[in-house]
Amino acid sequence: MNEFLTHYAFLIVPIIKIVILVFLVLTVDAYLTWLERKVIAHIQTRWGPYRVGPHGLLQPLADGVKFIFKEDPMPAGVDKIAYFLAPFLTLMLALTSLAVIPFGPQRFTVWGYETHVGIADVNISLLVLFAITALAVYGVALAGWASNNKYSLLGGLRSSAQMISYELALTLSVVGVVLVAGDFSLRGIIEHQENGNLGLLGWNLFGFSKNGGGFTQIIGFICFFTAAIAETNRVPFDLPEAESELVAGFHTEYASMKFAMFFIAEYTSMITVSCLCTILFFGGWLSPFPLSWTFTQFLPSVLLIPFGLWIIYDGIRYETIFGRVLLPGIGTALLALGGALLAYPAINGYIQGPFWFLAKVFVFLFVYIWMRGTLPRFRYDQLMTFGWKFLLPVSIANVVLTSVAILIWGKH
Amino acid sequence: MTAPLIIFFVLAAVAVFGAVSLILQKHPIHSALSLIVVMVALAGLYLLMGAEFVAAVQIIVYGGAIMVLFVFVIMLLNAGEEERTNLSRLATYAGIPLALALAGFIAAAIARSGGYLPAPAPNGALTSTKTLSMLLFTEFVYPFELTSFLILVAILGAIVLAQREN
Repeated sequence: MNEFLTHYAFLIVPIIKIVILVFLVLTVDAYLTWLERKVIAHIQTRWGPYRVGPHGLLQPLADGVKFIFKEDPMPAGVDKIAYFLAPFLTLMLALTSLAVIPFGPQRFTVWGYETHVGIADVNISLLVLFAITALAVYGVALAGWASNNKYSLLGGLRSSAQMISYELALTLSVVGVVLVAGDFSLRGIIEHQENGNLGLLGWNLFGFSKNGGGFTQIIGFICFFTAAIAETNRVPFDLPEAESELVAGFHTEYASMKFAMFFIAEYTSMITVSCLCTILFFGGWLSPFPLSWTFTQFLPSVLLIPFGLWIIYDGIRYETIFGRVLLPGIGTALLALGGALLAYPAINGYIQGPFWFLAKVFVFLFVYIWMRGTLPRFRYDQLMTFGWKFLLPVSIANVVLTSVAILIWGKH
Repeated sequence: MTAPLIIFFVLAAVAVFGAVSLILQKHPIHSALSLIVVMVALAGLYLLMGAEFVAAVQIIVYGGAIMVLFVFVIMLLNAGEEERTNLSRLATYAGIPLALALAGFIAAAIARSGGYLPAPAPNGALTSTKTLSMLLFTEFVYPFELTSFLILVAILGAIVLAQREN
């Protein structure tokens, strides 16, 4: 058995990692919908989901069950191949893009096979992501076309036009980062941003890299994030599913699990974009503090303790008995986890990378939701004008500026 | 058979299947989808040869940008199913002999190689983006610039044609 494992570790280890990642991502997607509904509800001074479980925590579960048991009608006159292909393609590409994201710096050995936190470590991971983004248009376009519904078709057309337009700005805004790092691999881009003494100033956003010759990529970041929101069809660029104009746009004729696939794909793309923002501009897994501040290592574990106490405090006053049991339970578990991490300081070194990575990703996910609660939708012509006449020239200007800066100040 | 060889045959079969399907499909969208399959399978073949950059660019440019425009235009025109026509005279008298000749050439080349496959380029020789761009901007700079110029002319031509009515 052991020999078998050692021999086929190159196959078994990635499969295990893929299963874990898909499970985690689907769970996070589910709770992202909960977070979104809660945050938007509080922005609009409502309560949001509150009935299913304490604070509506079991709402995603109920939604999942609903999606599975709903009737799945197929409208007349659909193009069957494209109609079924579209949701699968969309979800598959959205999940695949997570495969190249590195979540932490460590490398470890399982059954004699050296591996790392993340699924694939390819040296052109950024290009792989762009290739997947380029293919993602088909899911939406085909869904709109195959549904045999004029609203779907209009939604599909709008979205393909929008995604083609914003893909240019998306790709060009990253060129600055690639120029500074001199590398297409996401791991390499993060490692380039490491600057021991300056902490967060070494990130591409500020551009004080250890080799010198960095140039602030703040313009690139703004262009990238804007274009990425448009690529993921989120507010304020959610014209493909503008419900006041197009019913539900490209997914009008989809129900049950096939609709859920589009839904999950959208949230997975949000996660991918947040990961990319983190990696390209905010230093990925790097801590924002200078390396010499070793006490900041304990931040993740110390943060768990007030969080756990707060959940216990909130839980004992909760209306339902179930809530009064569950919430203090979760709080005690977090408290115990924080205590255990403090008791064994050696572990803190390992969780630094993933902690900072996920914390930054969470901030971007929150910004996504925040924007949905704040901004109104663009008009179609405004969207096109903004993409072609503002975002594209600005991102080209960023490429030119960065190249000039590197030419003058040199690098490496 | 080694693993790369099996992957090669699978990808090649997918590419040929996509190409045949491209011609046989009645609906333009299905033809376009078949073409995308061919492009992606070709990208897989490039990857197999160790040309990662070329593979990624193949998907980004051909699989993504260009084919999206195809699909977009077909959707915009709302093109319906096409009627099957007889083989045109040009295809009968020129196309079939030419196709046979090409098949013969390829078969001859394979027969002459005698099952010998050239080893892939050593790691980093052709595959690295740096080497590729150095070649592109030094040795092949004139063809490269000429191609860019050609594309620019085509874009300008499209704009002029589109604006003629105003």
